[in-house]
Parts: sequence; structure tokens; C-alpha cells
Amino acid sequence: MKYKDLFKRYGIFVVLLILIIFFSIASENFLVTNNLLIIARQISMLGIAAVGMAFVLLLGGIDLSIGSQITLVNIVAAWLMVNGKVNPVLASLAAIAISVTIGFLNGFIIAKVKMPPIIVTLSTMIMVEGFAYILCGGQPIFGFPKAFSVIGQGYVGIIPIPVIIMIVVMAIGAVILNLTYFGRYFYAVGSNEEAANLSGINVVRVKYLVYTLSGLFAGIAGIVMLSRTNSGQVLAGKGFEFDALTACVLGGISVNGGYGKISNVVAGILILGVLSNGMVLLNASQYTQMVIKGAVLLFAVAFDSIQRNRQSKS
Amino acid sequence: MFLQLNNITKTYPGVVALNNVTLHVKKGEVHALVGENGAGKSTLIKTCTGAVIPDSGSIVVDGNEFPSMTPKLSEQQGIAVIYQEFNLVGELSVAENIFLGRAIRKGFIIDKKAMVNESRKIFQQLGIDIDPNTLVSKLTVGYQQLVEIAKAISQNAKILIMDEPSAPLTKAEAERMYEMVLRLKEQGVTIIYISHRLEEVFRLTDRITVMRDGNVVRTMNTCDTNIDELVKLMVGREIKETYPAREPCISDEVILEVRNLCGNGLTDISFQVRKGEVLGFAGLIGSGRTELAQLLFGVRPKTGGQIIFKGKEISPKTPQAAIDMGIALVPEDRKKQGAILDIDIKGNINMPILKRISKLSFIKKKEEKRIANEYKESIRIKTPSLTQKVKNLSGGNQQKVIIAKWLASNADLIIFDEPTRGIDVGAKYEIYTLVNTLVKNGKTVLMISSEMGEIMGMSDRIIVLSEGRITGSLNKDEFDQEVIMSMASISKGKE
Repeated sequence: MKYKDLFKRYGIFVVLLILIIFFSIASENFLVTNNLLIIARQISMLGIAAVGMAFVLLLGGIDLSIGSQITLVNIVAAWLMVNGKVNPVLASLAAIAISVTIGFLNGFIIAKVKMPPIIVTLSTMIMVEGFAYILCGGQPIFGFPKAFSVIGQGYVGIIPIPVIIMIVVMAIGAVILNLTYFGRYFYAVGSNEEAANLSGINVVRVKYLVYTLSGLFAGIAGIVMLSRTNSGQVLAGKGFEFDALTACVLGGISVNGGYGKISNVVAGILILGVLSNGMVLLNASQYTQMVIKGAVLLFAVAFDSIQRNRQSKS
Repeated sequence: MFLQLNNITKTYPGVVALNNVTLHVKKGEVHALVGENGAGKSTLIKTCTGAVIPDSGSIVVDGNEFPSMTPKLSEQQGIAVIYQEFNLVGELSVAENIFLGRAIRKGFIIDKKAMVNESRKIFQQLGIDIDPNTLVSKLTVGYQQLVEIAKAISQNAKILIMDEPSAPLTKAEAERMYEMVLRLKEQGVTIIYISHRLEEVFRLTDRITVMRDGNVVRTMNTCDTNIDELVKLMVGREIKETYPAREPCISDEVILEVRNLCGNGLTDISFQVRKGEVLGFAGLIGSGRTELAQLLFGVRPKTGGQIIFKGKEISPKTPQAAIDMGIALVPEDRKKQGAILDIDIKGNINMPILKRISKLSFIKKKEEKRIANEYKESIRIKTPSLTQKVKNLSGGNQQKVIIAKWLASNADLIIFDEPTRGIDVGAKYEIYTLVNTLVKNGKTVLMISSEMGEIMGMSDRIIVLSEGRITGSLNKDEFDQEVIMSMASISKGKE
């Protein structure tokens, strides 16, 4: 009974551990410091964006525009630096300001016009991607000042800077959810919007805040990515929203809102990172990777659903 | 005996939900099952439907013995349950709901006409007047329940289990439902009737089984007992008065004055409440009582008139604004509007004041715990821990959590909308005592209730609403059930 409870609680970490053990045995190149740091750097952008997705899911919503926002931030910052000769810091801030605005608009339409989040963010996803194409004509933009590459390629000691940024963002996410009153509001609105409203929570404002934060985190992820790849690309954020969604769901965040923790999302992201790295080491093709990733997601959610059904029956 | 539950035991970790329970129901009788919340009634019912598998014991239906049920088996044996929460699809018609999952078909095509005709036949048999083509969402709660019953009958139910069927109904709707129960009995249907309303138990049933703490206390003929004895058996102690006495504590200060208030379906509402008063609002469902609460609490905007609270004109645009002014609402639907079930007790109690007990946005956790604990003690919320999710509490304790939340926010005016709906006798008494303590401490209470005894027993004054207008106002010495009922049914046409 006790072990079962523990597994229920930390099951996602057990899955992660099993994967790590499996790849460590299957490939001698897996469990070495260098490779682990590579994994950490690979997942850093996903980790940053997933915090925003986690917030939105907790609220009972979804943000499909995260990937497009990352793309637009990429293109705008690159365009400003290369064509506008703008200082990298200002260019980055301006680009992030745009994604923050998009996030706020998502929240505004969802809360005020009362449209389903999936439709609103699907529309902005398409529009924002369109804007990115218009701005660069579909061509990559490159040739940034050298200093800009520090964000994505630099190190502090042996730790890559993107990893540090991810840890900071996730820590902020966890602090918001666990310690602040508005973090508590996310759970309240996600579990029962009507009761939350009747308890004096300004539901509309909470929605603005959450979608705006999602935009902010997408913006930061976009800048990290631009700095890492050294080139503004229209495909930069393609499919990112689904990876973030996968990580959150793996991490046990309820898609119905109201339930979930950042610490488990960390495990979800690590599972995705370990899987793709491990499979590359084992020479699995990209297509095989897709099949396995999808299967892992399905398995994780099925596991969670079965546990929950059992819980509600007994 | 038509249905026999023999020596049923069911234990959950740490709790014995049913302890060697035996219930025998005769064919064609209406058998009441009464007891406080948590007595084991629902669990017992669930063993009949297969939702709960008993640890030991047996179930005998019409001579066939089963160790346990499955939902399918239960249906085959002709057992049907009507739950408090309806299982109807609002966007389908009445006929489609009745035949949900068993649609009459011609080949691959659904035969709507045949379903409508069949539904008509069932309604005729039951003596009710509903158009089978109406969408269920367009029906009142009362009619929706009749549709539920019709659905059960169309499945040839021989044993009909009704779980608090009258709880959401108005008096007139309940009357119609009672007639239907008696008619079904005439037609030979066996009925198990669960209810907290003891008057109707005496009116409808042939025998009564009382449960307490997972045990059957006694089964007896309805004609051999009375309400006092029943209550005593249910709570295991004697409750002297149903409504606790209250020392008069009304001051001269008018705390709330409403002048010609309009909007949200209300017309020209005017009244005054003094500090320390309990003002009751009587009326039928849809008469505008809940709508009035919504206007005062900022859920809906007013379109005309004035609200003067503590000497100042106010017009709250949001609940948050109303709370800041010192108004609180204990809403009608505890689970959907009142408590956030997936959040713990501590979090629910502190929800309206979370900002107040935060510093630089960080919740002061010690303060949060202290406040929750204070109210847990002072209004006696029964729970092993403050981190228990509210959904795990009984109805009465959930309601106490909601009240604690408003005590913590230090509201001056508390609006109770159906404060004891679906709550057992003992917890009801505690809620009433709590209301008395509130007014004694200088708070003011507006109380909306459809239970006539409750509103007459608790109010200092009663205002009666009908069709969004005030149709009467009574002082304590003028309270009279029939007068209130007739005021509640005044309609514009008759004026």
C-alpha cells in the first residue's frame, strides 16, 4: 500500500529513472557529464516555454500559439539586429515585448469575448506565424553581433547559460505556484471558475496574467533559441507548443485545469530530453523517435488515468 | 420480500461504511431510508446498482441471490436509481433523453416519431403533461426530475430508488412528484425513498428504515412512529427544538436599504434591514430571490434603483467589490458555486482574504494556518486535518467551510441562499446556531430558503417575492405558512 502511494506520487520520476538506466546500459556514451550537459542544454528552451504552458493548463486553458510566438520573436530580434542595427539587448527586449503583447491579447480575447482558448490561440498561432513570414520573406536572417551569442552558447563554469536561464524560470514558476496568492488563484480558477469568482477572485485579471506570462516565457525561449542557432528562422518554433504540451501532460498537469506541479513538469521535460538524446545515441531514425515519443505520451497519460479511476472508485 | 440486502458489510481503509446491514423491502411498498449524511445510505444504494462491491453479504432480488451486483445485472433485475444530480442531456429532447442509448430505430435511422409516441404513452400513464419534443434544458428542475422518473419507468424498472428527489424542487413541483410516487406504487413499482424531509417520509411511505454510522438502527411501520422518535433514532441523541432560540439583538441602525431596485429580472424592490436582523426571503424557485442576492453581491449589474449600505450608496460591479465593502454570499449550490472542492480546507477558508494575508505577493503561510485553525475550532469543522480537500467533507462541513470563509473576511452582511439544502438534521441545527451567533456579534443576515419551517423558524421578518416583485412582508407575529404560500403565488395577472 505504502509503495503504491509512493509510486503514484513519484511515478513519473520512476519512469525517468528507468529510461536513464536503460540508456546507460545500451550506450556507453550516455551517462557521461558531457552528454548530460548536452541534454540539459537541449531541453532548456522547452523547459522555459513549458512553464507558461503549465500555467495555462492549470487554468483549464491551452496556448497553441507558443511555437509561433517563439518564431516571431526569433525573426523580429534578428531583423532588428541585422537590418535595424539595433543593440542586441534592446532588440531582444523589443521582441519579448511583442510576445508579451500577443499573450495579453490571447488572454483578453479569451476572458472578455469568452471564446474557447483552443480556438483563440489556434487563430493567433496561424496569424503570428504569418507575420513572421511577412517580415523575413521566408529567408533566414543572420549575422548578429558576437556578444549576442553568449545567451545561447555561453557557459558559467561548465554549466551552459541556457540551462541556468531555464532553472531560474522554472524556479520562478514554482515559487509563483507555491508561495504567491496569485499562484493560488490559478488553481482556484482552474478547478472552479464560478466559485473562484464568487470568492472574490477577479477571474478576468487572472486570465490576463496567465496568458501574458505564457507570452513572456515563450519570448525568453525565443531569444535563447536565436542566440543558440545564430540565425533567425521561420521554422524556429514549429511544433514547440506540442512538445511543451507533451512535457506538461507527462508531468501530470491536468488538461482540465486545477491540478499539477512544476516539479513533475521538470521530470516530464527530462523524459523528453533523455528519450531524444538516447535514441540519437542508439542511431534511431527521426521517424522512430516520433513513434516512441507518441507512445510514451499515451502510456504516461493512460497510467495517470488508470490511477485516478482507481482512486475515485475506492 | 422482493429485495433483500442480507448482512452487507463494506469497509474502506479506516472506516466501516456498512456494518452487517440488512434491509428487506416488500413488493409494491414505498420504503423510506433515512439517516444523517454519512450514515451509509448512499453506499448501501450503490451496492444495489453495482457501483460498490460489498466485502460480504448477499443481495436477493425476487428470489435470485447474488453476492454482488454489476451495473448491467442491476438493470436486468429492474433496479433503477434517480440521483440528485440528473443524468439528462440538456441539448436533446425529452423523448431522446428517455430513450438515450436505446433509441428506437428503423434500420440505421432513428425513429423520432416512435420515440415521441412512446414517451407520450409513458407520460399519460404517469399522469403528467410534458411535450416530448421539448429540449430538456428548457424544462424546470421539477420537470427534469419527472423526465428522469419517466426514463426509469420506460426501462421497466421494478425497483425504483429515489435519492432525495424533493431536494431541488419547489413546493408545487414536489406535490406533483409525490402524486407520481403514489401512482407508481399503485402500479406495483417498489420504491426506496431517501429523504431528509421527514414530513414527506410520513406522507408517502409504508415503512421506514433508519441508518446511523453504517448500521441499521431500526425498520418500522411508518404509522407506528412519529417525527420526534425518528429524529432521535437518526442522530442518536435528542434534539429538543429544531430552531435554536435567539436573544433579540436588532439595533436601530439601518445597515442596508434597497430603493426601487431593478435588473436581473427584478422590478421595483425596496426594503430595509437593520443591524443584527435576520431577514428572510420566501418565494418559489424563480421568484427572484437568488437574483436579488446576485445584484447585492455584484454578480449581475443592476439597471435601476439604489443600494445604500452602511450609509453610503454602493453599486458593486464584481463580487470582489462587494466583498471589499463587507458583503458575503453563501450560494445556493454548495459544490458548484460555494466551495472549490479540489482545494484544501485551509485554502478555501482563506480564499477571499488571500491578498490581505500576503506580503509582497507571498502568502504568509503561518497566518493562513492560524486563521483556518481558528475557524475550524470556533465553528467546529469536523476534519482530521486542514489540508484535507473540501470534496472529502460531508455536506454540512462543506457549508461550514464556506461560512468560515466569510467570517474570516469579516463581512458585515451575509446572504445565505438555501443554507441547509441537502444537509442532515444535526448539521442543520449547527448552521442555525451559527446564524444566531453571527447576528449576536453584530452581523446582519439575509436568508433565502424554500423550506417553510426554516424560514419561519429563523427569520425576524420575512419578505415574500413572486415573479421578481415583492408581494408581501411579514413581521414575526404575522408568520403563517398559508399566508406566505399565497403571497408567493401572486402573479401579475391576478393583481
